[in-house]
Amino acid sequence: MNRRRIKSHSDLEKLRQEILAKRDLQKTRVAICAGTGCLALGAQKVITSFKEELKKQGLENTVEIRETGCPGFCEKGTIVVIYPEGFYYLQVQPGDVPEIVEKTLIEKEPVERLFYTDPITNEKAIYEDEIPFYKNQMRLLIGDNINIDPKKIEDYIAPGGYSALAKVLSEMSPEEVIEEVKSANLRGRGGGGFPAGRKWGTTRNAPGEPKYVIVNCDEGDPGAFMDRALMEGNPHSVIEGLIIGAYAIGACEGYIYVREEYPLAVENTSIAIEQARDYGLLGRDIMGSGFDFDVKIFRGAGAFVSGESSALMSSLEGKVGAPKPKYIHTSVKGLWNKPTNLNNVETWANVPLIINKGADWFNSIGTEGSKGTKIFSLVGKVNNTGLVEVPMGITLREIIYNIGGGIPSNKKFKAVQTGGPSGGCIPESFIDTPVDFDELTKLGSMMGSGGMIVMDEDTCMVDVAKYFTDFLVDESCGKCVPCREGLERMSEILTDICEGVGKEGDIELLEELSVVMKDTSMCALGRTAPNPVLTTIQYFRDEYDAHIEEKKCPAHVCKALIEYYIDGEKCTGCLACLKACPEGAISGEKEVVHTLNTEKCSKCGICYDTCKFDAVIIR
Amino acid sequence: MDEDKIDEIIGCHGTDKSELITILQDVQAEYNWLPPDALRHIAKRLHVPLIEVFGIATFYKSFSLKPRGKHLVRVCLGTACHVRGGPRILETAERILDIKADETTADYEFTVESVNCLGCCALGPVMVVDNEYYGNLPPVKVERILRKYGHTSSSSSTSIKEEKS
Amino acid sequence: MKKMTINGIVTQVEDYWSILEACRFYGIDIPALCYHDGLSPGGICRLCVVEIGKGERAKLVTSCNYPVEDGLVVRTHSERVIRARKMLVELLLARCPSSKTLQDLAAKMGVQRVRFKVKNENCILCGLCVRMCAEQMGAKAIGFAGRGKERRVTPPFDIKSEVCRNCGACMYICPVCQLRCQGPEPPNVVCGACMNVEPVCLQDNEDVMCYLDTCGWCFKVKSSSLKKKSGYGKERKEGE
Ligand SMILES: Cc1cc2nc3c(=O)[nH]c(=O)nc-3n(C[C@H](O)[C@H](O)[C@H](O)COP(=O)(O)O)c2cc1C
Ligand code: SF4
Ligand code: SF4
Ligand code: SF4
Ligand code: SF4
Ligand code: SF4
Ligand code: FES
Ligand code: FES
Ligand code: FES
Repeated sequence: MNRRRIKSHSDLEKLRQEILAKRDLQKTRVAICAGTGCLALGAQKVITSFKEELKKQGLENTVEIRETGCPGFCEKGTIVVIYPEGFYYLQVQPGDVPEIVEKTLIEKEPVERLFYTDPITNEKAIYEDEIPFYKNQMRLLIGDNINIDPKKIEDYIAPGGYSALAKVLSEMSPEEVIEEVKSANLRGRGGGGFPAGRKWGTTRNAPGEPKYVIVNCDEGDPGAFMDRALMEGNPHSVIEGLIIGAYAIGACEGYIYVREEYPLAVENTSIAIEQARDYGLLGRDIMGSGFDFDVKIFRGAGAFVSGESSALMSSLEGKVGAPKPKYIHTSVKGLWNKPTNLNNVETWANVPLIINKGADWFNSIGTEGSKGTKIFSLVGKVNNTGLVEVPMGITLREIIYNIGGGIPSNKKFKAVQTGGPSGGCIPESFIDTPVDFDELTKLGSMMGSGGMIVMDEDTCMVDVAKYFTDFLVDESCGKCVPCREGLERMSEILTDICEGVGKEGDIELLEELSVVMKDTSMCALGRTAPNPVLTTIQYFRDEYDAHIEEKKCPAHVCKALIEYYIDGEKCTGCLACLKACPEGAISGEKEVVHTLNTEKCSKCGICYDTCKFDAVIIR
Repeated sequence: MDEDKIDEIIGCHGTDKSELITILQDVQAEYNWLPPDALRHIAKRLHVPLIEVFGIATFYKSFSLKPRGKHLVRVCLGTACHVRGGPRILETAERILDIKADETTADYEFTVESVNCLGCCALGPVMVVDNEYYGNLPPVKVERILRKYGHTSSSSSTSIKEEKS
Repeated sequence: MKKMTINGIVTQVEDYWSILEACRFYGIDIPALCYHDGLSPGGICRLCVVEIGKGERAKLVTSCNYPVEDGLVVRTHSERVIRARKMLVELLLARCPSSKTLQDLAAKMGVQRVRFKVKNENCILCGLCVRMCAEQMGAKAIGFAGRGKERRVTPPFDIKSEVCRNCGACMYICPVCQLRCQGPEPPNVVCGACMNVEPVCLQDNEDVMCYLDTCGWCFKVKSSSLKKKSGYGKERKEGE
């Protein structure tokens, strides 16, 4: 598309009016989520079916199809919303499309069975704000995703996008911008919670030219996808924040570092940068203000540790992405030894909001020490999984029960893990803790980037500690001794415990090792690596003891400590498990109780899943 | 390996050292792995010591110094997938293909790898074959999916057992 | 010149020094396994850690690459430092139990037993050889490959490098190449106990009392009171 350059604030407003004028708000619109999650569930086929069906019905000019970003409820994908009515359809399959077109688009009637159904009351929710998962959130950053086609900058400009940038460039000095971000008390969303305004100030005042700004979209925390949803679903909000930051800091070059496991985020961001450039929102003389700034996208090559600031910058320089000793902060000496400001995706996305609505408004949300909202990736053993954006200070209980809908299959809640591999497990006794940077740290965990993994009674906490330790054994850069050797030894001890050969003193050795790893590791990976181990020891010591002393895994997870057998009372002799067992460990005949040969059994658990009569038992 | 092809890729990005990782990514996309001669050539063209290129190629997980199979099976072992049974998916895939993670079948048809999160955690456990995602996957379905990509269960114990029943 | 405090003594140091260089100038012995005069500091072994700052904000930093600052307060042998160094040596020794350098270091610091499974690797990844080859020989024939526990020192593609000059400098500088004497002890026991001069006053005073290297004098005076101390001293007693 041919785009003209926007030369001033009023130019932007004029463009916005033109876009709006071309849009008929009453026109029927089908918003289909085209995020990674929904695409995995077949959204592309849904989109194609809609296109075909509309053509068949001769509606292709009266109905708009918009392929949007991820609104967060990926588990229930593909998500389709029909405007102007606002009917919110979940789990749409290509086969549902003709019915939707027929009933909703032509007859304006809802297709009831696609609405959200409350698992307990069986009540239907028609609109977004009736669905409990959304109702209890505060969606300032991801709320618009379902209205925006990330591949079209006009969709971002129409509701007022880039007006914060226009305001900054026409009315504010760089110092004023930094002041505003400082007084908003915006803290970094990438993990540490460092005040963003202060960091910007440091980089601005550091000697050396040029200065750089970077978006950290490495999102290494396994099980978290907030940054993916923002970067792929609404890339312009991040880019606008970045340009504002660059102006405040005095940087003329920027980078967006995206992990390569997110190909769609890379694609959408590249398109967004191109389109912003066309409009003169990037490049020379942005909006006629004389300010020059451009940004490049960089694909990570798969290394968790490269999300750490100095490692990320090494990566950008074309080197091994390992951390460097940091007695001088990267804000002062970063990329190519120049002052460099690195912020997380979500941190940047908050900036336009703060500029538009003001620091006071931002301060009105959240707790004393943590302002604004935070997006969490609520996953694991919880009914509604997906992205939840909530005001800081909400309790864990509200997130897990009101938004997440509690634990599936009536199991008992055991713990929630926050902060990814650097965080910890919080037990049920602290479920009423308000969630903010400081409270989570007090519990021995941390906010991290926003992963929130719910665990039920079937989760073994020693296994969880071992999982994170093993993750870090592979992901540590291996440079310094305490982290490389320490993690490997930790994993060794935890493996022993899980295999039933743990011994007395192991827990103390783990603790002793932890202290030294925290004290002497070069970067935050090693310094926080013991957290999952320490918190599980602190809150679930009895489980460790059961493994070590009784050689039992209370949650029936650790393979070496469990055994499968068939309960003769329940077994109907249906042959299902016998057919499924890959080891040939089950013998029996039709309608005769089957027997399981423990010698042959590899404990794969397939028979357990297969049996419809709960006759396969773990002990 | 075709030197012109590599020169073409280098041509797209230039010979500045900071382009090294991007160039390696493109070469890997072209060949599915990083042939040693390609690394040697890139080192020469970018004036980077070979040992540095080798260090980078072995540091990042997405680079492979061994040829990989026609189909790439990636099983997510991220936290969300782990608590929902990701490891069992991997074990099942390993058993069916009779290889371990990061290995390739003798006929170069399949390579199995584990990954740490693909960003669709709400659908865990997740397996990706080539670029097709399979979410909410029970282990029993793995074999059927692999068959779609041409796996024949000739030597596996599964077939023996099926005769038995 | 800059002014800073080392173990309670105010010292004058050159602006460009690292803490390690300053300490060495004043005769304080700090173990520094991956550091070598004439090579850039590696910051890898972490044995050279010292404690800086006070109270809540006190932290350990590696002295080999931390530049001196005006007003810096450094403690080279605090309880926290010693605890860290001992664990680090134990970790290293578990990896390479046959290294004489490590055995001697362990003996000197009073580490007498390795509680981890012994591995018998032949490299602690200190990177001295890599830096030697690159910085002194200008060859860049060897380097690090892999990450995490797969990290190793190797020439490209693990075959002899075309640019290696066979100078042998890498072997000369390696702290692991020299093997320990084949004494009667199994590999997880530290030999060379004769060298055991642990900074003993620590367990009573939290800091060494002398600002020079630990002399062991106070050991004789206070050895009776040491016995009741718990903590990491415990293993040593068990081994005795
Ligand atoms: C091992 C490690 C991995 C990290 N990974 C990420 C990441 O994936 N994304 C991120 O935003 N920050 C990550 N961080 C934090 C960054 O170092 C940095 O603090 C952050 O990007 C700063 O942005 P903020 O101030 O906006 O939070 C990581 C830190 C460490 C130590
Ligand atoms: S702490 Fe771990 S990740 Fe960080 S530099 Fe040391 S080895 Fe590398
Ligand atoms: S657990 Fe697996 S191997 Fe054991 S009996 Fe059941 S299906 Fe067979
Ligand atoms: S599947 Fe269950 S009921 Fe059927 S034979 Fe096996 S144990 Fe018995
Ligand atoms: S012998 Fe070869 S590898 Fe060793 S320092 Fe000399 S040039 Fe480098
Ligand atoms: S070979 Fe020797 S010098 Fe080189 S890294 Fe290993 S231990 Fe250090
Ligand atoms: S990808 Fe569609 S809801 Fe998340
Ligand atoms: S944890 Fe498997 S996709 Fe995120
Ligand atoms: S000598 Fe300082 S870290 Fe090894």
